[in-house]
Amino acid sequence: MDNQSYKDSQFRNGITSGIPIMIGYLPIAMAFGMLAKTTGISMLQSFMFSACVYAGASQFMALNMIAVGAGPGEIILATLLVNFRHFLMSASLAARIKADIKKYVPFIAFGNTDEVFSIISLKSEEPTKEFMLALELMAYASWVGGTVLGYFVGELLPPVIGDSMPIALYAMFIAILTPEVKKSIKAAALVLLSGALNTFLGYMNALPSGWNMIVAILISSTIGVYMFRKEDEVDE
Amino acid sequence: MNKIILIIAGMTLVTYIPRLLPFFIVSSSKLPRKVSRFLKLIPYTALGALIIPGAFTAIPQMPLAAILGVGFAFIYSWLKGGIIIPVFGSVAMVLLLLIVK
Repeated sequence: MDNQSYKDSQFRNGITSGIPIMIGYLPIAMAFGMLAKTTGISMLQSFMFSACVYAGASQFMALNMIAVGAGPGEIILATLLVNFRHFLMSASLAARIKADIKKYVPFIAFGNTDEVFSIISLKSEEPTKEFMLALELMAYASWVGGTVLGYFVGELLPPVIGDSMPIALYAMFIAILTPEVKKSIKAAALVLLSGALNTFLGYMNALPSGWNMIVAILISSTIGVYMFRKEDEVDE
Repeated sequence: MNKIILIIAGMTLVTYIPRLLPFFIVSSSKLPRKVSRFLKLIPYTALGALIIPGAFTAIPQMPLAAILGVGFAFIYSWLKGGIIIPVFGSVAMVLLLLIVK
């Protein structure tokens, strides 16, 4: 395959891989648009939330905090805590990409959500910029487009549709992960360890929102480094 | 400045900076082995923490629906793989359970 058709196929691959994210993002973004409207946020500001902040859980949290009268400082600090997990995900992704795509890094980093990261990092071949940017474009377009759509037509949807949609992204995470845990019992052990730590820390309720996950990721990845000898890397 | 615009600007910065900064700190060449292995394990441990326990409490109106929905996604992707059918199937299952409830 020549270079250009390889790039085209990578781009198409990214679009196809973005479809499950789109299915998951669209209804959640619509719920955000709808909720932003009922919180008294203007259409343009709702759009800006999704287009600039682009981080699901923290956007819902912000609406909640705005509704109860929290100040900007509190909301911004809470957002930093909730979204800091992406620092770890970007560090993991940065270790995998080639130096020659560095000039696309501002875009790749901006679009590095939980879902995009999961798909890129469990892809067996090295991620190309065409793949990553196409995938991120799909995710971003559905998040921003869904927000605007939800702002205008959200209340027309029967509530049961919105109520059942939160399962979509979890189903996607599971579908991404299952082939990996099937291949490697150690990967499965790490997934369960991290989930158990996250559950335990949530039960203890001692850390600020978002940090249960970060501590769970740090501890379980560190244990993984020492538990696995080099001959049984989980990614091989 | 409008309070909402200030919130959006602040949230944008504190979200984008942690997503961007590691690309300038970490480079794929010459990482110590242990660090490199640590970073390679993050996809697994991050997904573990993203799924557990959140997936089981995703449908607060009917926790059983969430369990059956993610159960379907797991079993289907174990047997057949793919992403779209597990996603659609689990949504359909939860939707159906919420309708007949």
